[in-house]
Amino acid sequence: MKDKKERPGERRTWSLLPKALRPRIEVQTQEERPVVAIIGAGPAGMEAAIQIARQSCQVLLFEANADLALNLQNKYKLFPDMSDAQTLAQGMMLALEHPLITVYRQTPIKHVVQVENFHWQVFTEDNRVFKATAVLLCTGYEVFDARRKEELGYGIYNGVITSLELENMFKQEHISTLTGDSPKRVVFLQCVGSRDEKVGNRYCSKVCCVTAVKQAIELKRMHPETEVYVFYMDLRMWGKGFEEMYRVAQEQYNIRFVRGRISEAAGTFDGGVQIKAEDTLIGKPLKMRTDLLVLMLGMEASCGTKQLAKSCGIVGDYGFAGSLDPHLNDNHTHRKGLFLAGTCKRPMSLTDVIADARSAAMEIINYLSKQ
Amino acid sequence: MSKRYWNQYQKEIADDRYFYERSCIRQSFFPGSEAAFLKILREELGKDIHDDVNQHTCTGIGYHSDVVPFETTMTVVARLFSLMTQAGYENYVPSCVTSFGVFTEIVETWKEQPALLEKTRKLLKETTGREFNIPKNIVHPSDIIYKFRFELRDRMKYRLVNRYTGKPLKVVEHIGCHYAKIFPKHGVGNAEFPYVLAGMIEAWGGEVIDYPERRHCCGFGFRQYLVQQNRGYSLANTQKKFESMQPYEPDFILTNCPGCSMFMDKWQYVIAEMENKTYDKDGYGIPVLTYEELAGLLLGYDPWTLGLQLHQVQSERLMDKIGIPYNKNEKFKGVSGKLLPYPEKPEHLKV
Repeated sequence: MKDKKERPGERRTWSLLPKALRPRIEVQTQEERPVVAIIGAGPAGMEAAIQIARQSCQVLLFEANADLALNLQNKYKLFPDMSDAQTLAQGMMLALEHPLITVYRQTPIKHVVQVENFHWQVFTEDNRVFKATAVLLCTGYEVFDARRKEELGYGIYNGVITSLELENMFKQEHISTLTGDSPKRVVFLQCVGSRDEKVGNRYCSKVCCVTAVKQAIELKRMHPETEVYVFYMDLRMWGKGFEEMYRVAQEQYNIRFVRGRISEAAGTFDGGVQIKAEDTLIGKPLKMRTDLLVLMLGMEASCGTKQLAKSCGIVGDYGFAGSLDPHLNDNHTHRKGLFLAGTCKRPMSLTDVIADARSAAMEIINYLSKQ
Repeated sequence: MSKRYWNQYQKEIADDRYFYERSCIRQSFFPGSEAAFLKILREELGKDIHDDVNQHTCTGIGYHSDVVPFETTMTVVARLFSLMTQAGYENYVPSCVTSFGVFTEIVETWKEQPALLEKTRKLLKETTGREFNIPKNIVHPSDIIYKFRFELRDRMKYRLVNRYTGKPLKVVEHIGCHYAKIFPKHGVGNAEFPYVLAGMIEAWGGEVIDYPERRHCCGFGFRQYLVQQNRGYSLANTQKKFESMQPYEPDFILTNCPGCSMFMDKWQYVIAEMENKTYDKDGYGIPVLTYEELAGLLLGYDPWTLGLQLHQVQSERLMDKIGIPYNKNEKFKGVSGKLLPYPEKPEHLKV
């Protein structure tokens, strides 16, 4: 029978099944330690797992993919200090080798359900069930699908690439056009899928501005002869060292910043890309040929974030998960024992994600101490 | 075209029983196109299409030039719908892309503002005593040819292949702005990569050219042309497109809008006479065809009945490439059988 007091996200229909068909419950409560289930092993999930385990709590860390921290591993250098992304990722993964942390790779979570005494059950896609005292959602973001901005020709013209693809070229230490030549000119376009009513995303993704500055500098370091342009609406250099990077980009690397949106990209006869824009500082339309057009992709809630936020009844803006309040309870939800960290709530920089994960860990430890 | 997303943007196109509305300017500039469309639908596809003798303007040019107020346009359009209703049809097919834009805009407006629909019904009733139903399906004739492009291909005598080289002909397609730029959902393939003409070209053996200024205005743009002082802008826009497509050496241009057909054809003469510049390597210009003319040619219709001799850029060289026979002596023969006066030859553009 369906519990009349069932809250959004609670699903107990499996109890109606014959015993043989019911999901297998794996009880993970050795030594009666409190158990925290963390869903998503990106930087937020990994950092929270490390911090919680250090406080002698058992952690079950679930990751849908085979690899941990995929978004981080796709990066080359990190702003603003140009430190190596792989080194950071590997350091975090090393720290996960803690006796109280169990990592479940390739284990997508179907839903989480609150049961008696504010305990939780976590249901995996392969019908396993784990019990936990608290659940932390770290299901993160995914990048905007650039094909939705059809006028920019991604997936149609080979010279139109995404910031992720450029990052991958940096990792390979080989930047080239389809013909294998070094690009003579590269144009970056900000806010692809962010601050854009047409695609339904009015919010700022926060990291694209500085990422473009970082990538433009990396490009000039590898290919000093390449002309680099960055088209922007306004540059939001809000973090420590960001404004300085922006200045260095202009003064030392001669990177040209143009205030204007690109309205259209088209292929040219010689395999390049023609862009049209308006330089709004001089009030004139502009047409330019480039070898590569790099689309700075914004962040959107990941499928996992959307699915779990919906099933738990905690959907916030734009499909992200909604916290209890943005000031004092940003890691809490209105569901007792269900916490949030990182980009499942909104776009964040890596620095902020790690700080937020530590904050969530502390809130969870406080919560467990009162149970 | 395989990388394009047009197949995500399909639209409902009625199968049969169409009410046809003719264009104000197409009958003057491309007089064979509408007759060819009716013939193709009736004789090749066996469709029921009604060509009403009492039809009239949709006011599109006046509306987009801010000469005719929107309330007037709605009432005039309502009268056209009343003719459709009276004739017992539900699928409206306006020949002109601007008319298509006007109708879709008005029907969408009525959906959003039912009070305007009621006001229009009242105005029509008071002024003419007529009533109307809103069409169930409004499509452009190019949508219908697109829908049946494979059926037509099976009946065609010729393919878009250069008989001397065996290679597909290279075709520039140009879609009228009012086809999909007002409401992308009403265009096959949406506004950025429309497929309605590209689908015909590919189905009939040609290759579509994607050139940098493909989405640029043809040069009509209403105010650019209608305000005489602005005509330089009109010419400059068309020139920009030709400069952009020239390196690809297109065999011809295919359009689905009266304005686009006219300006891309006629401005080639003006540019040639002003600048001694043509955009094919032999000085003849690039032929501009309507989709009905192209379908008719490939089906084996007589090119002079289709009206190709009335274009500024002549099509004999294109027909030679495809292998379509034509009689030079009958090029300017009128319906009465008498020869009409030959047009004066341009100084620079070869004909």
